[in-house]
Amino acid sequence: MPVHRVDTAVRAGLSFRVLHPLPHTPAPAVMSDSQRRSVMDTAAVERALARMAREVVERTGGTERLVLVGIHRRGVDLARWLADEIGRTEGVQVPTGSLDITLYRDDLMVVGPRPVVGRTELPDGGIDGQQVVIVDDVLYTGRTVRAALDELADFGRPRRILLCVLADRGGRELPIQADIVGAQVPVPEGGRVEVLVPGTDGSLGVEVVGGNG
Amino acid sequence: MSARPVLIRGGRVVDPSQGMDAVVDVLLVDGIVARIGEGLDASAETEVFDASGLVVTPGLVDVHVHLREPGGEHKETIESGARAAVAGGFTSVVAMPNTDPPIDSPATVGYVLAAGLRAGLARVYPSGCITLGQKGEQLTEFGELAAAGAVCVTDDGRPVSSAGVMRMALEYALTFDLPVAVHCEELTLSRGGTMNEGIVATRLGLTGVPNASEDVMIARDLLLAQLTGGRLHVQHVATRGGVEMIRAAKARGVRVTAEASPHHFSLTDEAVEWYRTDAKMNPPLRSAADRDAVREGVRDGTLDVIATDHAPHHYDEKEQAFEDAPNGIVGLETSFGVAFTELVEKGVIDLATLVDRMSCTPARALGLPGGTLRAGAPADVTVIDTRAEWTVDAAKFVSLSRNTPFAGWTLHGRAVRTIVGGATAWSAEAR
Amino acid sequence: MAQAPEQTAPALGKDLLGLEELSRGQILSILDTAERFKEISVRPVKKVPALRNRTIVNAFFENSTRTRVSFEFAEKRMGADTVSISTSGSSVQKGETLVDTARNLEAMGIDMVVIRHSSSGSARFLAERIPSNVINAGDGKHEHPTQGLLDLLTIRDHRGRIEGLKVCIVGDVLHSRVARSNIHGLKRLGAQVAVCGPATLLPAAVAELGVTVFRRIEEAIEWADVLNVLRLQLERMKSGFIPSLREYNRVFGVTRARVEAGPRDLLILHPGPMNRGVEIDSDVADGPHSVILQQVTNGVAVRMAVLYLLSGGRAEQAEAVKQGGDP
Repeated sequence: MPVHRVDTAVRAGLSFRVLHPLPHTPAPAVMSDSQRRSVMDTAAVERALARMAREVVERTGGTERLVLVGIHRRGVDLARWLADEIGRTEGVQVPTGSLDITLYRDDLMVVGPRPVVGRTELPDGGIDGQQVVIVDDVLYTGRTVRAALDELADFGRPRRILLCVLADRGGRELPIQADIVGAQVPVPEGGRVEVLVPGTDGSLGVEVVGGNG
Repeated sequence: MSARPVLIRGGRVVDPSQGMDAVVDVLLVDGIVARIGEGLDASAETEVFDASGLVVTPGLVDVHVHLREPGGEHKETIESGARAAVAGGFTSVVAMPNTDPPIDSPATVGYVLAAGLRAGLARVYPSGCITLGQKGEQLTEFGELAAAGAVCVTDDGRPVSSAGVMRMALEYALTFDLPVAVHCEELTLSRGGTMNEGIVATRLGLTGVPNASEDVMIARDLLLAQLTGGRLHVQHVATRGGVEMIRAAKARGVRVTAEASPHHFSLTDEAVEWYRTDAKMNPPLRSAADRDAVREGVRDGTLDVIATDHAPHHYDEKEQAFEDAPNGIVGLETSFGVAFTELVEKGVIDLATLVDRMSCTPARALGLPGGTLRAGAPADVTVIDTRAEWTVDAAKFVSLSRNTPFAGWTLHGRAVRTIVGGATAWSAEAR
Repeated sequence: MAQAPEQTAPALGKDLLGLEELSRGQILSILDTAERFKEISVRPVKKVPALRNRTIVNAFFENSTRTRVSFEFAEKRMGADTVSISTSGSSVQKGETLVDTARNLEAMGIDMVVIRHSSSGSARFLAERIPSNVINAGDGKHEHPTQGLLDLLTIRDHRGRIEGLKVCIVGDVLHSRVARSNIHGLKRLGAQVAVCGPATLLPAAVAELGVTVFRRIEEAIEWADVLNVLRLQLERMKSGFIPSLREYNRVFGVTRARVEAGPRDLLILHPGPMNRGVEIDSDVADGPHSVILQQVTNGVAVRMAVLYLLSGGRAEQAEAVKQGGDP
């Protein structure tokens, strides 16, 4: 995501607020396949998700008052996958929801173009007194999770909140850790992790893209 | 004004008043045109002005300017307006009487006349109101006003709404042979409108003034001129209907002269887009069909006078929401350039016709001295460089005001020397 | 944080002055964003921190309770700090010019101005002179873009689309900024648009905007899928545009009998405040065809969307989008 600096310029007697891209901001580039490296194939992701589903149930002591909330976009797909997996093993359909944290981002007022806002939809029963599991694809700086925690707090007071991510790439900027992790994925400098999910990407997997590694 | 004699040598003299378009010399002595012809000799004391490559015309005359003094000196003064006039090549202007107080008494007429003489630039001729305070009710003392120096009567800016009052004005003016100059507008049709009625006004959400607002009044005043035999001068004609009716009236012998303003033959209501207050005037800029009709009127002589309706306003006054800003634009310094570029260069009329519409006919219409370079006429001369290309920069105007819709336009033709009564009142080199 | 290049909405530019200057893509983006924002108004905490630390001034130089309140709700739900000034409390009555008012507001360090003013073009006037974002909340007879947008959203909610619908705007089109914003927005999204009213209240050359003109309300109802019924200002009678309210209701009133005689299931909008028994009868306003209260609800969501999409944008990029037309 491009980082911008708020500045004020004086032009023709009027000052205009302008946003300059910082010089070191890497331009989003289309990566060729040679720069992509699969770190988890479909089977590996499926195994990880199955294990994560079991861990969720273990950590929450069953499916009682359990709610899975995916963070828009891929977290939502993963939350549904986990709910289906739990349904298969436990015989209970766990309610799921989606959370778009755009409006809670701490950099919202400095990024240039407005991000498209996705759907936020929590289960009908709400989250008061529930055990809420936040599900996301990648855990990096922790800022998304911070935003998600703030947003959830505006919907109610869960008994407990857990964080469940498929890929933890490190690089935290906030004191936030995941409770349940699919895999630790080290990423070379300048690279990024991409999680592919069937609903959005047509396949399932985890790839590392770009970087000098 | 008795300066050194001036010999304007080798210029192309265009003087329709004597059917002249030839390279000849013009000798000005003691404030009058002494001789005009080929190979004139200059005495030792004579200033010789080499006009080769330039056009020499009788001094331009603008019969419709607002000099704002008294009462509006933050917009323009008689002195600054007269300076803007000579900078635009005008040797004579007629000052409109809608000042504060209005020019409706011999004393105020005398004030304008004296201030004009004091400035010593263009000749400033006062006009007087038709009705006291321009209220449209009681006639002013036309005889006294004329005796004090008023060259016409007009309530310009406001119509005389009562047909009965207008009839009497035209009749009463006969005694003094005063032209009655009219701003034709039926206010109940204008309904407070601020621009031309049409698609642009509809889109911008501005109340439009229909052509009929102007046409109804022109029709009325032409009928009253016919009825009374009075001298009618229709100001700033902007509609095709107005042009047609004036053409027909002239054909049946009604005594009428009529003005075209440079903005009405060069712009349409699209200039108002983005709520440009510098394109707000009354009558408003109209459709392309109206603009073309005004051009045709100038061409065939239906509109025999080009006059600017020079209407200066202070920056603050135009720096408002469109509906709140006053009407009017400055015109003296762009008039010739716009007319030459839009009419002559585009082939609507030739240069001689333009000089006729900007000098000879206006002088004749209001009975002013000038408008000719015949021997014995006042030594009012405009020397024009028709090849000069220049860009309108309002910041450089001599006028105190900057409200022009022509800012940034590239124009051709500009006065390089303006001589009033034999003395140089403006010279491009001297700037 | 998500790392892949994210989806961004088409930029709106510095200001929202009218729908005439928006592309189809920009209008749809506002509607889609508003669709998301509807849900915020039913949350337990009806407030998100998207505009936290942003200061917005609602400068209402003309009375309008409903639009002002709608903007205030939208601003507060987006977490902004807001101040509202109205004519009676401002220095405008003391002769201060619009530009001085604007510069004073600016000097207090504000981010956005929502302006309602009786002069057409006043919002643009302000926008050209201050660096803050300016949102037109109604300028004279020109535009009322957020009303136009909420009408579009309401129609889309009920009909699932705008394209191809026949929408007739009924009443005092001449003086209506709502009508102009509706015409531009509806046409941009592919609707067929008509106007209907006494000729004294229809603007000159209105057909050149690409709308059909109906002289009689019965013909309009015969044709239309949607009626947007404009408020008839009662002073129009005093100014002579219509002889009487009674006759207006008889000839142009949207009555139950007329609505039921129509061939289609009409959707009926009204920007409010209504004159019951004049331009619209109560049993229509309160009846099954009416979506008037939903317009009010949608108004908050649309204004939240506009506030969100204008904030933080880059002017030069937005200008490029506008120049280029539809993306």
